[in-house]
Amino acid sequence: MAPKTKSGTALQWLLGILLTGGGVVMMLPFAWMIMSAFKTESEVKQLPPTLWPKNITFENFSNLFVNMHFGTYLSNTLLIVFFSFIGLFLNAMAGYAFAKFKFKGKDKLFYLVLATMMIPGQVTMIPVYLLLNEMHLTNTMVGIVLPGFVGAFGIFLFRQFMSTIPDELLEATRLDGASEVRTFFQIVLPISKAILAIQGILTFIGGWNSFLWPLIIANDEKLYTLSVGLALLKGEHGSNYALQMAGSTFMVLPVVIVFIFFQKQIIENYSISGIK
Amino acid sequence: MKGILNNKTPYFFIAPTLILLTMFSLLPIVIALVISFTDMDLAGLADVSNISFVGMQNYLDVLTDPLFVQAITNTLYYVIIGVPSVIALSLAIALLINFGRSRIFTTFRVIYYLPSVTNVVAVAVVWTYLYNPSLGLFNYVLNLVHLPDVQWLQHPIIAKISLIILALWRAIGLNMLIFIAAIKGIPRSYYEAAQIDGASSWQQMRTITLPLLRYAIFFVSITTMIGWIQFFEEPLIMTKGGPLNGTMSVALFIYNNGFQYSKFGYAAAGSFILFISIIVITLIQFKFQNKETDV
Repeated sequence: MAPKTKSGTALQWLLGILLTGGGVVMMLPFAWMIMSAFKTESEVKQLPPTLWPKNITFENFSNLFVNMHFGTYLSNTLLIVFFSFIGLFLNAMAGYAFAKFKFKGKDKLFYLVLATMMIPGQVTMIPVYLLLNEMHLTNTMVGIVLPGFVGAFGIFLFRQFMSTIPDELLEATRLDGASEVRTFFQIVLPISKAILAIQGILTFIGGWNSFLWPLIIANDEKLYTLSVGLALLKGEHGSNYALQMAGSTFMVLPVVIVFIFFQKQIIENYSISGIK
Repeated sequence: MKGILNNKTPYFFIAPTLILLTMFSLLPIVIALVISFTDMDLAGLADVSNISFVGMQNYLDVLTDPLFVQAITNTLYYVIIGVPSVIALSLAIALLINFGRSRIFTTFRVIYYLPSVTNVVAVAVVWTYLYNPSLGLFNYVLNLVHLPDVQWLQHPIIAKISLIILALWRAIGLNMLIFIAAIKGIPRSYYEAAQIDGASSWQQMRTITLPLLRYAIFFVSITTMIGWIQFFEEPLIMTKGGPLNGTMSVALFIYNNGFQYSKFGYAAAGSFILFISIIVITLIQFKFQNKETDV
């Protein structure tokens, strides 16, 4: 664009410095969280606060598992992540049908699916609770998983991607005598690796962070997820900041690592789907 | 025979998701609408015969409930301060990142986006600590530069601003990406033509970039506004709607009435008012969007 003049270079440096400054501010809460997680409870209460932990301690993290029930929360959360991946396959199946089949009512049904994207959780949370209560599913893992099991946004993205699969390829497989289910698993899914990867990452992040349904449906601490457990920890140990920061670090760090690892795919996915 | 098979297959593929979406998204709307006209509560949950039809009473009561009015007022605060701040900051960062020539600038996208993907509960817990009046980092930094302590979460109006700052920190990333995508969508030839005419970078931004970002700006303001109407986790975890209901949001009001006081009918009426306002805002968006494509 602009010619590479001396003032242009100076401007570039100024931009870089500005953005670095802003970036430091953006990262500050994370840095403070991680550093506080390795401090002792008494060091956290010390004034003036220390930047680096004087004695790095892992006591807060072990406390989460020994004195709190973070082990249970973790296995519940992983269970939800696992179920979300099954939901992901159902989304892929529906996206495939909407992309590659002609059937009666297809457009109307697809608009219906899209319409569910507009319905806010605050409207459905009360009736869904009543429904699950009627089905005797409150305070069960099934009840926690079901309301968010499938999602319109996932179906939409799969449909967009799978529309690009050539019809000839599917026809050829059918002529070879493969069943529709086999075509889906052996041809369609492998071709859709790229979108499956992105959706898989987003599904992991969503499942790992799940909060609203476990909060409403689980009465028993045995069914709490990490998010709900962390909210409980803040309520019960309001002044144990080192412990709280350890719990937060434990929740945030896996997502940060997954995100940094796959940032290119995630950001591009949002750039494509975000505006349209 | 193959034709028959083909006819059934797509239904087999869409059936699981459609059944689940109907049960947990569409049917609940109908249920919410029905119970919003009843006095459904814990007694009604135990025995259906305890539920009675109350007509519009719930809606009349909600709209005159001082707490609900307070929640709406707070939401107006959030929208009026929050929406322009989100747009200004994420647009500024998007423009800066886009203006950079070095490849380093793409890593800034990751840094600014990171808060958007992290867990909202963990983030709320961390910020409560940062906002702590005596032990928090923010007041310590203020004291370092000889400024007095701020009652971040203890004063009804400052607490609203504190929550806006946190939400801003989380919202910049996604909206920045939307703006970057929109900026990249502007044809290069526009800039080339402007350069031939001798327009400076600043003039190009003012006369080409910003006007052509009109729709993206509008899109972001609508989605941000809807986000504020649904503002929930942050006040629930950080302030429980306090102090003096200063951070009470519409979504938290519905949650409290439904799950703390078990006033299901009343909460459903509140949730429908929220739903209708979201629909109205979305319709306005569509209307403007169509106008935009007509031009």
